[in-house]
Amino acid sequence: MPVKRVEKTPMPVRDPHMRAHDFEEVNEGYCFAHAMFEAERCLRCQDPVCVDGCPVRVPIADFMHAVAANDMEKACRILREANPLAAICGRVCPQEAQCEKNCHMTKRFGPVAIGHLERYVSDWEMAQPMSDEVQEPWREEKIAIVGSGPSGLVCAGELARMGYHVTVYEALHAPGGVLRYGIPEFRLPNSILDWELDQLKRLGVEFVNNVVIGKTITMDDLFGKYGYSAIFIGTGAGLPKFMGIPGESLNGVYSANEFLTRINLMQAFDFPNAETPLKVGKRVAVIGSGNTAMDAVRSALRLGAEKAMVVYRRSEKEMTARIEEYEHAIEEGVEMHWLTNPVEVLGEDGWVTGLKCVKMKLGEPDESGRARPIPIEGSEFVFPVDNVVLSIGTRPNPLLVKATPGLKTHSWGGLLVDERQVETSVKRVYAGGDAVTGAATVILAAGAGKKAAEAIHHDIQSEAA
Amino acid sequence: MPKIVEKRRLTPITALYRVDAPLIAGSAKAGQFVILRVREGGERIPITITDYDRDSGLVTIVVQEVGATTRRLGELGEGDEILDMVGPLGEAPDIPSGGHIVGVGGGFGSAALLCLMKELRARGEKTTVIIGAREKNLLILADELAKVTDNLEICTDDGSAGFKGFVTERLQQMIDGGPPGYPDYVISIGPMPMMRAVEKTTRGANVPCTASLDPLMIDGTGMCGGCRVTVGGEVRFACVDGPFFDAHEVDFDEAVSRGKMYVKEEQKAAECQRAAHQEEAA
Repeated sequence: MPVKRVEKTPMPVRDPHMRAHDFEEVNEGYCFAHAMFEAERCLRCQDPVCVDGCPVRVPIADFMHAVAANDMEKACRILREANPLAAICGRVCPQEAQCEKNCHMTKRFGPVAIGHLERYVSDWEMAQPMSDEVQEPWREEKIAIVGSGPSGLVCAGELARMGYHVTVYEALHAPGGVLRYGIPEFRLPNSILDWELDQLKRLGVEFVNNVVIGKTITMDDLFGKYGYSAIFIGTGAGLPKFMGIPGESLNGVYSANEFLTRINLMQAFDFPNAETPLKVGKRVAVIGSGNTAMDAVRSALRLGAEKAMVVYRRSEKEMTARIEEYEHAIEEGVEMHWLTNPVEVLGEDGWVTGLKCVKMKLGEPDESGRARPIPIEGSEFVFPVDNVVLSIGTRPNPLLVKATPGLKTHSWGGLLVDERQVETSVKRVYAGGDAVTGAATVILAAGAGKKAAEAIHHDIQSEAA
Repeated sequence: MPKIVEKRRLTPITALYRVDAPLIAGSAKAGQFVILRVREGGERIPITITDYDRDSGLVTIVVQEVGATTRRLGELGEGDEILDMVGPLGEAPDIPSGGHIVGVGGGFGSAALLCLMKELRARGEKTTVIIGAREKNLLILADELAKVTDNLEICTDDGSAGFKGFVTERLQQMIDGGPPGYPDYVISIGPMPMMRAVEKTTRGANVPCTASLDPLMIDGTGMCGGCRVTVGGEVRFACVDGPFFDAHEVDFDEAVSRGKMYVKEEQKAAECQRAAHQEEAA
């Protein structure tokens, strides 16, 4: 098989001027020829180091071989076995920091587009006819999953495959967690999430919306009254942080969570057909540099902002967003203001009018290992803006912990887990994803859900034996 | 989906609904709220729980038809289902025992007092309820409240029933030594201007006062931060830290301003709703 020593096949994308005004998906996906060509670029390394970069250890080389051989069914099987959320991860994983970072092609030609191919194969799978048959659980034990984000969905799927009765409880009116309320349609269409949910329903997983565990039903009742044998907590890290600067409660200031939830879950882009409003003015400043900040700033553009900017206290080098989101944002006309720290939100009659910032310079590395930003004295200036969106991180939600005696956390709110990294301080209560690690990625949460499912199965079976 | 098993008109724009929601009825505490949605694409709105019955699994809510969602709810009747209803949310207020506890309710805020007063009665507390409305016909749940409190004081702006004047004037009389006695603790639930006035009245006499805030919310679980209020200089989320806060510490100016954030959009949504109705009728 000839190995093509050429550059990475670029992802076809929609024209930036067009796409910046609607919520349709930006990436169009590879066509068959792209996929065949790109899979041929894989060097078939004896020691496929790409796998080491993958939190769920997808056997990438085998997967590449299957794609190159045009055996999509096999490629799907390999992919799904390791990553139950492949269609989502192919779209939102930071591959450049994981599998593709390790690829031996990376230095000279650019990595093999593992992520794009993951998406291609998943899209192929979604286009195949599916039977309506629902699998019946064959074990007696029931498992409750708290939260329907990535870790909960993967844990649910794995346990259903093992034959357990699985119920997923979701506080909102639609399942998906951050995949539903957080990631916008132009990056992850709801139809993809719905397809993944349908797969789980076919495995017999039951979804119950509008139930807040800890409020509607207590953990004790899940065990006692409802008879669950184990509970998995995948409640994520959904509590927004605020900066604590003056003016944050002015009208027009949003947490990125609120901003994105109004758009994604409540569909404010369709106002007034959808009745949840969102105030987006002509000039929007988003504070932060992660994927959520990019999602928010690009959403602002799509909702009519003429000037949409990212304001970040560190430099471009310390930015935490995926490179693709960053590049797409720039193409769409987002302004980046690095080394700029907001110190006050200015307002008039209760409404935002400006964002007062100070210029920063980089100093010695701080405890995170990154250069510490230091304010430059006398460099204060004001951005006239109509909206400020804070995207400076989130913490695990304390609601369930407050309602559940014995559930222990770190001081910052993350759930404490055992040496296996799965069981909490309460017996038969497991946890994974952002609720344990703090805000991280979809794939890490998926990996944690999978690991917890294995542990739950092991613990239940060893007790039965 | 939760089914409406009983609906009763209280005023031309206010109705009481008993809804079949056994999970919520089974875990509700006085002072908590639910969030509901009436149609796909509709808003999520918080509504205080007026009453609950663990045995029958029914939750009672009272809703005033002021926006698109509440008006749409008003169009539902017995046997209809509410699309989504989640709860109980928020924390029940911690009301100290002993002394004379006075609940002040304005407009449909009276409905929210019912459950609390019932609970205080069960605890053996001495209570008074002051409810007020513009006129007699707008008073709600007076009979029900009378059954669960030692004294029910009715106020109307026009004097068509009870005391002629505002609830705060009646409260001031009590602070000044009038019957039924000095208030040792005040619970205030109603429109923002009323809660603000009650705060002012109690502040002058150093009477502790808790107010039930109802800012805009989406998820109701602490995720969006849209319901943030400043209390004692600190940012709190009404959905998970509230809805009850020490009234003397609440930044009412800010809360009032934030409450008006979407006035224009609400009008637009209502207009669209009316237009859709006319189209349907035609």
